[in-house]
Amino acid sequence: MSVTLLIEQLLNGVQLGTMLFLMASGLTLVFGVMGLINLAHGSFYMVGAYATAAVTASTGSFLIGLAAGMTAAALVGALVELLIIRRLYHRPHLDQVLATFALILIFSEGTRWLFGSSPLWLSPPSWLTGFVTLPGETRYPIYRLMLIGVGVAIAIGLYLLISRTRLGMRIRAGESDREMIGALGVNIAKLYTVVFALGAALAGLAGALVGALQSVQVGMGEPVLILAFVVIVIGGIGSIKGALFGALLVGIVDTLGRVYLPLFFQTFMPPSEATGVGSSLAAMLIYILMAVILAFKPKGLFAAND
Amino acid sequence: MTNTTSLSKNAAPATHAESHFDRKGLVQMILLGLLLLLPVAAYFLGHTYYVNLASRVTIIAMAAVGLNLAIGYGGMVSFGHAAYFGLGGYVAGISAYHAFDMTPFMSWPFSVPGSDSLLVVWLAAVVLCALLALAIGAISLRTTGVYFIMITLAFAQMIYYFANSWPTYGGQDGLPIYIRNTLPLVDSSDALTYFLICFTGLVLAMAITSRLMKSRFGAALTMARLNDVRLATAGVSPYPIRLVAFVISAAITGLAGALYADLNGFVSPSMLSWHFSGELMVIVILGGVGRLYGPLAGAVLFVMMETFLGGITEYWQLFLGLVLLGVVLFAKHGVMGWLAGSERNE
Repeated sequence: MSVTLLIEQLLNGVQLGTMLFLMASGLTLVFGVMGLINLAHGSFYMVGAYATAAVTASTGSFLIGLAAGMTAAALVGALVELLIIRRLYHRPHLDQVLATFALILIFSEGTRWLFGSSPLWLSPPSWLTGFVTLPGETRYPIYRLMLIGVGVAIAIGLYLLISRTRLGMRIRAGESDREMIGALGVNIAKLYTVVFALGAALAGLAGALVGALQSVQVGMGEPVLILAFVVIVIGGIGSIKGALFGALLVGIVDTLGRVYLPLFFQTFMPPSEATGVGSSLAAMLIYILMAVILAFKPKGLFAAND
Repeated sequence: MTNTTSLSKNAAPATHAESHFDRKGLVQMILLGLLLLLPVAAYFLGHTYYVNLASRVTIIAMAAVGLNLAIGYGGMVSFGHAAYFGLGGYVAGISAYHAFDMTPFMSWPFSVPGSDSLLVVWLAAVVLCALLALAIGAISLRTTGVYFIMITLAFAQMIYYFANSWPTYGGQDGLPIYIRNTLPLVDSSDALTYFLICFTGLVLAMAITSRLMKSRFGAALTMARLNDVRLATAGVSPYPIRLVAFVISAAITGLAGALYADLNGFVSPSMLSWHFSGELMVIVILGGVGRLYGPLAGAVLFVMMETFLGGITEYWQLFLGLVLLGVVLFAKHGVMGWLAGSERNE
């Protein structure tokens, strides 16, 4: 259990956390403002990754690909909101879950139809490959460090957007009383579309950034979606601050659990069994964490409104 | 204000439902009759494949009957019923594994041998699923709305990942059941016999749901869904009512899972996956939520689409998605509402 390993895994945890935050912030905004539970958020993650991979392959520029991925996700999000989602705001949660589940099926199979079942290739540009040496002799990939940087920048940007701009003021107003801001002359329908597209763009960005690290394939959004749900349930649905805190907590606990639980069980068990027990327990760890938090705080740590 | 509107609302569907009574009864009889007769005919014509397909419809319908008790009658939108379906399946698989290997399942603090008897497997599946649902329900039912949906989903994921990474019983490769578990007197490995066992299970599950909903308990559960404050005012606490309904619902779905594992001779973490939880919800909604025959109609439609549409195109889930979207947006009462007239006026 060296310090180098600990630092490296902590950074991995923070990196996972920042990417989860990109997903969770969109989910929690959409829920906070529109009261909508959106399972199809993982599909925007996938759309972002596919668009980025396709555009990067044809232009050769990762940055142009990234911009295209975010734009594609935002456009698809806006389109889905206009066509389908806005019919669901006044429906019970069950209908929202099912309709957005239907959207997942449509998006996943549609993507498989367009791009085939085999994963697309997307790798970070050459100027972002390689390692940096951090204090304590830790060598860490530049790309992952950049992901943390992007996540932090987005978190600050979202904070400024929500607390300092007119759009942010409307979002906050929409969270606390949507009838009232409608009566005050704000175009709620437009606001909802913008918020939804913003959430989709952030999900698309996360998908593109993580896609370059792992692989771009159909269904890539689903595990992340469920982790993002755990994040916003822990943080309190509707709260951006909760999403940030929950994302970092889940990222770090999950990453460290996977590394250290098998090591911990090895101290008093034969190695083969210890790996089995440790990794099973590690896989369940964040769900146990969530259950414990909800058992004490049924509305999450930073319950926003109501 | 609320009282008068809800009274007039309740008065209306009673007469409405009566005028549809014959049609509804007829549709239900045809549905159940076809489900029984078609496999028997297929069996004697030598098409075992269709008998097994009917068993699959029956078992999935049974799992959906369980979920319908939670979602349709109890208003508890559980997004994690795959957990009970999969646990039931793993009980059958693990029990058969130890019976085959002649190794005990547990040797401490007391010895628990494996068993290849279906009766033992079913009992264990029902009891274990009920216990799991008691634990999950006790925590989840403290929350409501979206939190309930997500926490049930998260618990199911927890069990999914556990099964996925626990190497003893196959991990993500799953666990085969080499020889179907047995019953005394009858040959469970015969396709038609096994279908009839499953069919009996489905009819029993529906009968239990029907009895339950006609009892005082059912009235309380309905009230807990419609207005839990009013139920509490009447001196009945909603929490235990919901919890008991949740546990029964999980036990039914778990039994279906045990039947499913023995039908396929295989159990894997995919039975526990959130996709399956979603599909079960889809079946309940497609059929008609909160209707006794809804899960059956939904399961027939779902398996038919999967089998025949899946035979035409490998992208059949795209069309499933479109159908589902259409049903959710435009046809709230599902297939049974369409065939047999609306039952509930909400």
